[in-house]
Amino acid sequence: MARQTQIRAQMKDGAAEVRVRVTHPMETGQRVDRNTKKKIPAHYIQKMTFALNGKQVAVTDLGPAISKDPLVGVRLKGAKAGDKVTVTWNDNMGESGSAEAIIK
Amino acid sequence: MHTPRRTFLKGTVALSVAGLAGAAGLVRAPRVEAAEWPKAAYEAKTVDDALKALYGSSQVTASGAIKVKAPPVAENGGVVPVTVSADLPNVDSIAVLVEKNNQPLVTAITMSGADPYYSTFIKMAQTSDVHFVVKSGGKLYSAKATIKVTAGGCGG
Repeated sequence: MARQTQIRAQMKDGAAEVRVRVTHPMETGQRVDRNTKKKIPAHYIQKMTFALNGKQVAVTDLGPAISKDPLVGVRLKGAKAGDKVTVTWNDNMGESGSAEAIIK
Repeated sequence: MHTPRRTFLKGTVALSVAGLAGAAGLVRAPRVEAAEWPKAAYEAKTVDDALKALYGSSQVTASGAIKVKAPPVAENGGVVPVTVSADLPNVDSIAVLVEKNNQPLVTAITMSGADPYYSTFIKMAQTSDVHFVVKSGGKLYSAKATIKVTAGGCGG
């Protein structure tokens, strides 16, 4: 299943602001399907890794309590315009995705 | 500064037309080679237990150096924007915990070069205190914000 992973990186106040958005249901596993009365299985992103020019700078663990279509922002100080940021994620069902952007 | 969600979306639409062509062809993404997802911490039922499972300690010191941006009232508990930044040296990690959620731990970020800054959108079941815990130099510091929820985000 293809999911959209979008990344945007921009210099702001001397640091690169990186924003990532993934279209993902982020199901908690607690919701009940109204028609079948069965629980909808949990499906959420667990890890997101940020790299600057190929070097890992941050890893975030996400839980089911992150909103649907998660949007995550981090800030990188040592970065400059033209540098490459990459994000990679994977979820509890084994799906994964990544995207990269050049800092503007 | 916090970019409003809508602005972000607009901006990315233009970007993604070009970007997605590439991203769509992207099938094989490299696996995240990082430590295991801390399952015990996410399944913990209280803030203290979650912190113990995550950091090995639940001893936190309140700190004014942690800046939190969160709305006092959230109309939709399913999408509550929070931004946290810390004016502390050597920040390794930032965690967000919602006290009254079934499983309080929402997310935790570990830095290895990134700034002590983190923003995301969280789900809240009901009005609750939200704890922002920052690990700096081996110690835990925290800040708290009460967010009022008028419609829960964890139900069906």
